[in-house]
Amino acid sequence: MKSVAIVGASLAGARAAQELRAQGFDGRVVLVGAEPHLPYDRPPLSKAFLAGTAERESLDLLDAEDTASLELRLGTRAERLDAAGGRLVLSDGADLTVDGVVLATGGRARTLPGTAGVSGVHVLRTLDDALALRAELVPGVRVVIVGAGFIGAEVASTCRSLGLDVTVLETLATPLERVLGPRLAEVCSRLHDRHGTVLRCGAAVDELVTAGGRVTGVRLVGGEELPADVVVVGIGMVPATEWLAGSGLEVSNGVHVSSGLVTALPNVVAVGDVAAYTSEKGGRRHRHEHWTNASEQAGVAVANLLAGATTRHYAPSGYVWSDQYEGTLQLAGHPERGDEVVFTEGGPDAPAFVATYQRDGVTVGIFALNSAKQFTRLRRQALRRPAPVA
Amino acid sequence: MLRACTVDELPPGESVRIAGPEPIAVFNADGEVYAIGDTCSHQDASLAEGWLEGCFVECPLHAALFDLRTGQPSCLPAKQPVRTYEVLVDNGVIYVQAERLENTEDAA
Ligand SMILES: Cc1cc2nc3c(=O)[nH]c(=O)nc-3n(C[C@H](O)[C@H](O)[C@H](O)COP(=O)(O)OP(=O)(O)OC[C@H]3O[C@@H](n4cnc5c(N)ncnc54)[C@H](O)[C@@H]3O)c2cc1C
Ligand code: FES
Repeated sequence: MKSVAIVGASLAGARAAQELRAQGFDGRVVLVGAEPHLPYDRPPLSKAFLAGTAERESLDLLDAEDTASLELRLGTRAERLDAAGGRLVLSDGADLTVDGVVLATGGRARTLPGTAGVSGVHVLRTLDDALALRAELVPGVRVVIVGAGFIGAEVASTCRSLGLDVTVLETLATPLERVLGPRLAEVCSRLHDRHGTVLRCGAAVDELVTAGGRVTGVRLVGGEELPADVVVVGIGMVPATEWLAGSGLEVSNGVHVSSGLVTALPNVVAVGDVAAYTSEKGGRRHRHEHWTNASEQAGVAVANLLAGATTRHYAPSGYVWSDQYEGTLQLAGHPERGDEVVFTEGGPDAPAFVATYQRDGVTVGIFALNSAKQFTRLRRQALRRPAPVA
Repeated sequence: MLRACTVDELPPGESVRIAGPEPIAVFNADGEVYAIGDTCSHQDASLAEGWLEGCFVECPLHAALFDLRTGQPSCLPAKQPVRTYEVLVDNGVIYVQAERLENTEDAA
């Protein structure tokens, strides 16, 4: 293998570039990224960067040494892939033929219908999104956030730290229930209340209220209208795969790959938020949208790409963190609805606690609030065997 | 010279955090004692709360790995090294070669 193109210049793409060099590949590496920016890290976009306390440079994912060994094509979109032939057509007209391809195109924020072009309405996925939102978070604005998942909760927390008036709307009865299970989701949802954020569960948005092209409120199903100067829509993401139509690859809710993150062709792998892989044992398809997943998949995918065969399988650690209000939330493993939650330190009302998820007498997950040390020890000891992914 | 703790107080695999010019994390990595700046160069996690693996410590927040011998991170999200300090064991007591803030003339 003499040349590799990586499509998508964010975390998964940047990590794949680093892994190629770390694993001894000395050929040509082309990193193609639709955004004009040097690869940057997203987690601070809803936290310190949105609050204005982290600089742009602190988000950089690659240092000068990394980029010196790459051919960077930023502000350039990959428009077509002929996977079997290793041919890529880029938006600047370039036509590249390479031996290997890493797909790392992540996804874009899902929007609410009827919100395109309405000012004051934001999603949060990119640096430019964060800059646009940040510019509107001025004293006195009333913020309504649609969706109380991790990103919605983090934006709510950042807005509260800026002293703004915040309401979060959630269609579920308890936010994050699918990720944390009912018990701990309930514990976390109370963080909003404790910090002066109004959380409205079971609230579905009917439409936005606008005046002169700018949002002025949100109308709920049922008719109630909430005034709003800024609306942030945090209702998930859509994997960026449209451009793969006609590529010969199998795609639906992500790029289909094996447990080694390899597509049906050994010269094309997928990593990060866009990769829908089949777990080694159960055969079920999974796609994760978390930092550690993107980072850890890169090493496995690159090893298999360079070997031309699946030599490593991906075993997810299921590690996710989130910073909300004064708290750091940490989750490891893959809890399910019926798991029993056992508090090992503190309790549900404590400012710091650790809890485990038990299934058939086995620890299958760990959750901690403000208890990084105990969390890390449990994660490394109790979850040593890879969490069973059905 | 800062006194960290006694050798007995720091069994293999353990760590302590001590105050110094900056907080310092002292580790016993399988019998070898190392000291590095305690604050992760990515955000502000305490590396003394991290997980020891050979002569690397994994940050407890976002799992960047730091080499205890050099302070260099070996993976994202950290990109900057943390400081390393010399360690001296004398008479069962672990000392770290670091001055307190008031007499750090050449640290500037
Ligand atoms: C605001 C925010 C906060 C987050 N906070 C956390 C957190 O606290 N903890 C956590 O675990 N995770 C967090 N995440 C999730 C984490 O950032 C993602 O899992 C990670 O960014 C995934 O990386 P990726 O490279 O797979 O995809 P992405 O980061 O989505 O990057 C994909 C890149 O590919 C580019 N691209 C797409 N199509 C093309 C094309 N055709 N040609 C060229 N380029 C293309 C896109 O422009 C984009 O730059 C957060 C995400 C966001 C948005
Ligand atoms: S704070 Fe240490 S890796 Fe982020």
